[in-house]
Amino acid sequence: MNASSDRILVGTRKGTFALERRSKQQWRPALLGHAGVVVNFVVRDPGTDTLWAALGHGHWGAKLSRSRDAGKTWQDAPQITYPEGARYLDMPPGADPGQAKPAFKSAKLQKLWSIAFGPLGRMYVGTIPGGLFVSDDAGESFALNLPLWNHESRGGDLFQGEGSGVSHWFGTPASEGEFAPGIHSIAIDPRNPDRLLVAISTAGVLETTDGGKTWRSRNRGLVMDYLPDPNAEWGHDPHYLELCPAQPDHVWQQNHCGVFYSSDGAATWKKVSQPTCGVHFGFPVAVDAEQGKTAWVVPGKSDMQRTTVDGGLFVARSNDGGESWQALRNGLPQQDAYDVVYRHALDNSGDTLAFGSTTGNLYVSEDRGESWQSVGNNLPPIYSVRFA
Amino acid sequence: MVKVELTPHLFTFFPDLKGRQLLVAAGTVAEVVRKLDEIAPGIGFYICDERGSLRTHVNIFIGENRVGDRQRLTDAVPEGSRVYIMQALSGG
Repeated sequence: MNASSDRILVGTRKGTFALERRSKQQWRPALLGHAGVVVNFVVRDPGTDTLWAALGHGHWGAKLSRSRDAGKTWQDAPQITYPEGARYLDMPPGADPGQAKPAFKSAKLQKLWSIAFGPLGRMYVGTIPGGLFVSDDAGESFALNLPLWNHESRGGDLFQGEGSGVSHWFGTPASEGEFAPGIHSIAIDPRNPDRLLVAISTAGVLETTDGGKTWRSRNRGLVMDYLPDPNAEWGHDPHYLELCPAQPDHVWQQNHCGVFYSSDGAATWKKVSQPTCGVHFGFPVAVDAEQGKTAWVVPGKSDMQRTTVDGGLFVARSNDGGESWQALRNGLPQQDAYDVVYRHALDNSGDTLAFGSTTGNLYVSEDRGESWQSVGNNLPPIYSVRFA
Repeated sequence: MVKVELTPHLFTFFPDLKGRQLLVAAGTVAEVVRKLDEIAPGIGFYICDERGSLRTHVNIFIGENRVGDRQRLTDAVPEGSRVYIMQALSGG
């Protein structure tokens, strides 16, 4: 048995909740803050113990909020803003990159979507429209990572001119307002914090090995079924990406077009969907902290339906790098359940897993997914579940 | 001076403003927002985005007139007028 955290932070459409273990298998959710506000992501910085929440106010815009007392009180943090002159090429859905006439848009913060922490006060925030913001002072100030923003795949440096006029980045329906790309996954290599993988809807995976000075695509082996060239370098739609902390060369992604696994640090990917077991479409993936070949997904039925497979909610686990999958249904509703689990709403800590759905249900397993218990119902739609 | 009135929703995030009379010296709506941000740091980014444009679902009235320039907030604010900063009712 691996030790697990006893506290889970839950971001919902209507506030931040904490799910706490009172005793074995006794979990109880309670409102922790931000009542009525969209909370896209909420997470604890292990370096400072500060809680960070990525808020989306309907009227007042995206805001970072933080708590230094475990969630008793929250304050607005230093805010993230796009610098003057930041622009991007608007690529509407369905546009052919070779044919579309580019439209330049001024970049404004639409959504705070993901947060990650490196050593020595380094903090990353992934946003829509596709900017990675970096702090080197534990969140006291943030700067847009310009090499990624100006990447050639996105049309080059638009601060200075018109670049190449072609962007291979598209957008995501998760953008609020304008259709724009979003950074939802930020994976830091524990062996070398200057090595990062980011995953972007819709563009693909990029890697830096020099702390963000240069970036390159990491999409070899990914295939897609919505562009004429299924093996194109760009245009992929990873839904979520995670690496194994103890074996960082083992990387997984739940993609729009299936589950993909890499054993060489994302240099090459292998499709490991198993449609006969229902494993193909979905949003989240959780990777075991010790065993890189072990991961969990929550399958959904096709991108056209985006519900459970035939009304039964289940988690699928692989212990062999996706060669085989086990459907784990014990304790989960198997009839008339139409829960959808978003990309940040599945997490693991030791042998404990937790996930939440857009129908406001929370489930916990304390035995690596073998059995589940419902620990919260009637919550607001759940966007994020993270062990604290 | 210009008297500023806020939607009570903003008191959720800036509780110190509740019940307080807000008088600012300003000639344009942009100056009103800037002066308000000096009183309550951060409130300007609630009302406007990082380019200084009024957020989509926020409205400002000068007296009974809705602000015309939502991009740069150049509308003049006469001395002694009232400025209302409110949530736009967008249906629902």
